[in-house]
Amino acid sequence: MNIYLIVFIYLFLNYASQNEDGSEVELTSRFSTTLPGVAHVPSLTATVVQERRPLIVAVMSAAASGTSKAAHGDVAAKRKKGPGALATAYLVIYNVVMTAGWLVIAVGLVRAYLARGSYHGLYYSIEKPLKFFQTGAVLEILHCAVGIVPSSVVLTGFQVMSRVFLTWAVTHSVREVQSEDSVLLFVTAWTVTEIIRYSFYTFSLLNHLPYLIKWARYTFFIVLYPMGVTGELLTIYAALPYVQKTGLYSVTLPNKYNFSFDYYTFLILIMISYIPLFPQLYFHMIRQRKKVLGHIEDYGKVE
Amino acid sequence: DKHLRAQSKRKPAKKTKKAVVFFEVEILDAKTKDKLCFLDKVRHHSSFFTHLWNLFFLKYLYPQWYPARQSIRLDPKGKSLKDEDVLQHLPVGTTATFYFRDLGAQISWVTVFLTEYTGPLVIYLLFYFRVPFIYPPKYDFTTSKHWVVHLACMCHSFHYVKRLLETLFVHRFSHGTMPLRNIFKNCTYYWGFAAWMAYYINHPLYTPPIYGEQQIRIALIIFLFCQIGNFSIHIALRNLRPPGSKTRKIPYPTKNPFTWIFLLVSCPNYTYELGSWLGFTLMTQCLPVAFFTLVGFIQMTVWAKGKHRSYLKEFRDYPPLRSPILPFIL
Repeated sequence: MNIYLIVFIYLFLNYASQNEDGSEVELTSRFSTTLPGVAHVPSLTATVVQERRPLIVAVMSAAASGTSKAAHGDVAAKRKKGPGALATAYLVIYNVVMTAGWLVIAVGLVRAYLARGSYHGLYYSIEKPLKFFQTGAVLEILHCAVGIVPSSVVLTGFQVMSRVFLTWAVTHSVREVQSEDSVLLFVTAWTVTEIIRYSFYTFSLLNHLPYLIKWARYTFFIVLYPMGVTGELLTIYAALPYVQKTGLYSVTLPNKYNFSFDYYTFLILIMISYIPLFPQLYFHMIRQRKKVLGHIEDYGKVE
Repeated sequence: DKHLRAQSKRKPAKKTKKAVVFFEVEILDAKTKDKLCFLDKVRHHSSFFTHLWNLFFLKYLYPQWYPARQSIRLDPKGKSLKDEDVLQHLPVGTTATFYFRDLGAQISWVTVFLTEYTGPLVIYLLFYFRVPFIYPPKYDFTTSKHWVVHLACMCHSFHYVKRLLETLFVHRFSHGTMPLRNIFKNCTYYWGFAAWMAYYINHPLYTPPIYGEQQIRIALIIFLFCQIGNFSIHIALRNLRPPGSKTRKIPYPTKNPFTWIFLLVSCPNYTYELGSWLGFTLMTQCLPVAFFTLVGFIQMTVWAKGKHRSYLKEFRDYPPLRSPILPFIL
């Protein structure tokens, strides 16, 4: 597994360090501020257009070149002293590790499918890395709280916790659903999405974003998001009878804290909550897509 | 856009010989920058500029924007001007540009408070009397066998009756209104939590406090102490402000011992409120009540910190020993 990890990172990053259309993406500080999940990185002086920078140089110069601004700094290129270079380096490492992790999961799924010859029960082959890397995403909430990433803590928290909930409180906790095909559906959706998303962040931090990654990030969701939601809903639905039968995570009266909780009803409420939430998030991404991909030259108002 | 010649209501009876400075005023929409209104020949002694605006222009030109929902400011993103502001004292030249922002539908604070406090009062009683469709039918209209449940009902009801009476007779509000959507948000919070708490306290399977009478007695003392304290603070704050005025002063301890906490805390009303709910939590030994106390505490801490900060900003000589809500801690 480790060899694959290293080889994949190396090949993937080397490939991706050249821009697809040959042009150098000019990232100004304004652009960086407005990308979700990207630390505010002042622009590296734009290099000559066709030059290919070896990635290690890009990392070093990103780390060395200066200060990163706190999330709530203002949009004009005002340099503010902060965690800066260190935070950028840390975020690059974080995003690289996460990209690699989800690549491991992707590779694991493919290998398992090839070995077994069927789609069923693939969850078991990637259970551990899935849990590890999905839970690791909790760090992103911390990044927002500390300010090295200019996203809303609440929004990020909500997104991450809903994933963690699906991973641990549903799939891990209710063994009987682990062999369901719906699990494969959302795991695949998550895997593809996360690989694209983390590599997007990595390259944005290094001011070296290939258009392909940006395009993928703002296009694949159109299919992946509904796919993931379907998988999640089907999985929760499949878990319901087992939860009801065993009274999983439920507390009944009487007890000395005078409290009760019915996990079964809670799961139903969660499913219902998808109805207002999913369209909002989906159409938000569609609006983002129009903004980001609609104006290829204008990076002024990305978000 | 509408062009209107306007003159101050307070036109002198006879024409003065000396030159009078006239202002030209234009009002633009803060978002779209459309010209809403243009006035020339506005006299410089048109005091209460907003008053003028209200009287003449909104009444005739834009009657749907009643005064409470208007925000007029010098800068599109700036702070709203107050009713008392006088045109000649504002940092504008003889041609003044103001920006108008519609604050949206407004509702008075009194209305919001009355609605949000009546809800919990009524809802708790519905659960207390075990109205049908809440608990299994055999318990309809029965009463709990635990006397602490009756005590809790009395305390809870007393608390909200006190709040209603304070809203009607004690509080002096500095802003008349708040945005309409707040009433839905606030009522959901108060009514929702009241229902959640009341469900468990009045449940047939309710378990009374582990330490029995001792626990309940201590809890009741804490609760009553803090209720009196909270009331004392409200009275003290009311007495700071003469009726109809909007002056702001530093609150100080009075003869009432319950106000001596002002020595250590900026917002003791929140401190006492926290204490009351801690008492109630101890009395009922109910986890939902503990959650309600916690959420309320978090919200009140945010408010207390804001109030403390604005006290510090406004008053140079603000007592340094004071903390926002918890003495020395927070």
